[in-house]
Amino acid sequence: MILIWLMLILFVGGIAAVIAERSNPMLPRVIALGALLLDLGLLLLVLFFPAMVGADATNQINIGQEGEWLVLFQADWIPQLGISLIFGADGLSLLLIILTVFLGLMSLGAAWHEITERSGFFYLNLLWTLTGVIGVFSALDLFLFFVFWEVMLVPMYFIIAIWGHENKSYAAMKFFIFTQVSGLLMLVAMLGLVFAHYQTSGALTFNYFALLDTGFTTEVGFWLMLGFFIAFATKLPTVPLHNWLPDAHSQAPTAGSVILAGILLKTGAYGLLRFALGLFPDESAAFTPVAMTLGAISILYTAKVAFAQDDLKRLIAYTSVSHMGFVMLGIYAWNAQSAQGAVMTMLAHGFSAAALFMVAGGLQHRLHTRDMRQMGGLWGVMPKLSFMALFFTVAAVGMPGLGNFIGEFLVLLGSFQRSVTITVFATGGLIVAAIYSLIVIQRAFHGEPKQKYGDVADLSKTEMACYIAMMLGLVWMGLYPQSMLALAESGLMNLGLDMSTGAR
Amino acid sequence: MSIDVLINLSQIIMLGLSTLVVMLVIAFRRDHKLTYGLTMAGLLLSLLIFLFISPADARQATELLVMDDYSLFFSTLVIISALAVTALSYPYFEGQQSRNEEFYLLLLMATLGGVVLACSQHFVSFFLGMEILSICLYGMIAYTVQQPGAAKFPLEAGIKYLLLSGASSAMILFGIALIYTQTGTLLFSEIPQRLVEAGQGNPIVITGWMMAVAGIAFKLSLVPFHMWTPDVYEGAPVPATTFIATASKAAMVAVVLRLVLASQAYEIDGLLSTVTVLAALSMVAGNLLALLQKNIKRLLAYSSIAHLGYVMIVIVAAGSMASSAAAEAVTYYMAAYVFTTLAGFAVVSALSNSANEQDQLASYQGLFWQRPWVALPLMIVMLSLAGIPLTMGFIGKFYVIQAGVTGQLWFLLAMLVIGSGIGIFYYLRVVYLLVQPPSAEGEQGSLPLAVTATLFVTSAAIVLLGTWPSGLIASISGLL
Repeated sequence: MILIWLMLILFVGGIAAVIAERSNPMLPRVIALGALLLDLGLLLLVLFFPAMVGADATNQINIGQEGEWLVLFQADWIPQLGISLIFGADGLSLLLIILTVFLGLMSLGAAWHEITERSGFFYLNLLWTLTGVIGVFSALDLFLFFVFWEVMLVPMYFIIAIWGHENKSYAAMKFFIFTQVSGLLMLVAMLGLVFAHYQTSGALTFNYFALLDTGFTTEVGFWLMLGFFIAFATKLPTVPLHNWLPDAHSQAPTAGSVILAGILLKTGAYGLLRFALGLFPDESAAFTPVAMTLGAISILYTAKVAFAQDDLKRLIAYTSVSHMGFVMLGIYAWNAQSAQGAVMTMLAHGFSAAALFMVAGGLQHRLHTRDMRQMGGLWGVMPKLSFMALFFTVAAVGMPGLGNFIGEFLVLLGSFQRSVTITVFATGGLIVAAIYSLIVIQRAFHGEPKQKYGDVADLSKTEMACYIAMMLGLVWMGLYPQSMLALAESGLMNLGLDMSTGAR
Repeated sequence: MSIDVLINLSQIIMLGLSTLVVMLVIAFRRDHKLTYGLTMAGLLLSLLIFLFISPADARQATELLVMDDYSLFFSTLVIISALAVTALSYPYFEGQQSRNEEFYLLLLMATLGGVVLACSQHFVSFFLGMEILSICLYGMIAYTVQQPGAAKFPLEAGIKYLLLSGASSAMILFGIALIYTQTGTLLFSEIPQRLVEAGQGNPIVITGWMMAVAGIAFKLSLVPFHMWTPDVYEGAPVPATTFIATASKAAMVAVVLRLVLASQAYEIDGLLSTVTVLAALSMVAGNLLALLQKNIKRLLAYSSIAHLGYVMIVIVAAGSMASSAAAEAVTYYMAAYVFTTLAGFAVVSALSNSANEQDQLASYQGLFWQRPWVALPLMIVMLSLAGIPLTMGFIGKFYVIQAGVTGQLWFLLAMLVIGSGIGIFYYLRVVYLLVQPPSAEGEQGSLPLAVTATLFVTSAAIVLLGTWPSGLIASISGLL
């Protein structure tokens, strides 16, 4: 039930924001803040006082042989089609839901001063996107999952299309078409799976647990798996399906970029873990070489492309694709280290990419450009913002002691056991990453100023608070990763990963 | 003829009676409001008649018509569309032209034709219903012909529909005749048995079916028989367009599915592959051509071509799945399509009148900020047409894909994915226009109550029946 509350609070908060705008245009953001803080509070309760919110072991609904599910909710939805409302969270989902709510707060910080027009509708879209994402991370009925998967796009589309930058029409459209078409492929595959299950067992159901042991021939399974894979690989994204991402990220308002990079990309990785690997373990095992190669190509190719960008937001967008390559690699290498590493990379990248997009958005807000050729020497003008840029750039490169390092290190450690060649190439990505990151710092923040900056303000208190929160998060992940790994472990074991041997 | 038959036919009788009353009243007194009220009352009565008189067990009302749950569902759909069209017509015509009353007469008769189509199980009633419907449509399409500044080319649209529809009716009639020469029956359900006697691969039967398919494809505006659709949609006054797009399509689909299932037409050589080609072409070409449109009526015309292509997937799959499942998929899809299209045209109609139609897409820019309660339904319509979850359009598409997977029609499914991908582009372009900053100061006119009600009911239905479809599904499962 607690998961429903999480979503309901955000959903109702969105409607309240629109209504509140009529009385005072400053009110919606306060409502959004309240809703998100309430959600964060509930999540802390789940983590530390599970008994209080009915999320403890005594209150679990036991489903088959599956491992521990922290929170479960079950109800009928469309019984004629075997569709039900099943929400549940294991450690993996819970980590990602916490990330979602936390980055929701960060994006609120980014939007606080930036969004002045039509604020009610903006916060409605922001909160509804987050509602959709929480739904994606907790839905355990395939149909329900698909509904959230698609529905979260619509408010995101509005965020880009209404509050975006100069080329927003194109970017918003591309973003929507890529994810929708790949989503339709997934829908076809999903129905194929349900149909296969119906033929063998005679029961029409979209229940994730029931579908786990569907028997199908390898060939059919391969095509079904491919349908899911394409949808998730588009969202992740991985080369060659990454094309929508640089446009969407660079045209979205800062808060939109934060959510896109920080959270929406993770839904792709989550989908791969929960559905592509969960439902098709054998087919995915056979697919491993292809997927790992794609991951390595993503790392290297987009790192190189990032190097060539002049647009700061586009550059960060490409580095996101590069980092998601590590996630892909880690997921498909599929042993204890690599899977843990993939989860850690997802979390750490959520923080570092969100922060970097806030830096880029902050710069654009102040300088009205994202073009690095018109920057330079910013350190003298905005020391606080420049320091933050340096910190999160270094974090993204993988400085030991910060979260990203743990993630990437574990991924490489794990995938080395699977394929030495691919891992060697992937490791090259770290070097290229160091180059493009340092170039950014040099071009934008060091050297001679390329223009008269005039009177630009440094970071406001709101922004400062956001950056510091994310900084602490990354340091925590880097120094005490075990706190997160333990949560992720229970989730990964649910997916059939044997943590002791690292075998499938 | 027993009293049971009369009870079964009461819906049709009621419609005929209201037509008669409206005609007589017009003869004595021209009063727009009175005619409008009578039409509404007649339609409402025929819609609700079975709440008061339950049909007798004998479901067959003569050999020509059958009143089962399936035909009842589709006649309800047709009458609901007619009600919405009536509601839109009054503010559209009021005060613009002196002779508005006959439009309602034509509308009532066309509805009668649609209901007959939905109930027919016999080629004679099929043809009768189709012709009653089409002939009334000629008049409705060209209705504003004498009005200065009306929808651009009502006469052109009317003549175009007259000629092409006439030709296609002739095709269907010829096809029926050919089938009849070999089987000796006009009853759908007797065809398979007689066909065994005539021989499966009988070339005359195949030719007959092909001619019938061509004619039906014209009525459903499947590519390559779609040429009339955008011009007629654009040229006709909005209420007439709404009726063509909803009631006439729904009635036609209803009879086609019954025909296919009862006559087992899917057994005929080459028929399925022909329909497959038609469906694939409609999905791809309909969506592609919609990309180029700057007029919302033309856009919806091409979109309807694509959507009927999607429905054809179920028709192709009908042979390889349970007939009740096929009927469920088709009925849900058509209900979704009818409600969505009604809401879409209701928005166009809300902003238009017969002297001044707002059908250019550009004039919709920024509508969401100026008149949110008109723009929101249009947004819902576009998302439903694009098949986004929590709308009826998505559940409809879900059913179509389910049918395609069951029938293993991978080629058609691929076309559906491609077509929908293209479709998103132009549906979202409308949504995008709606939320952009307005280009000009729009007037804040208030809407007539009937239009507001239509907008509200249809768009609420799209969202509610798309989010909690189990009630509707329960009432349409096991129809055939």
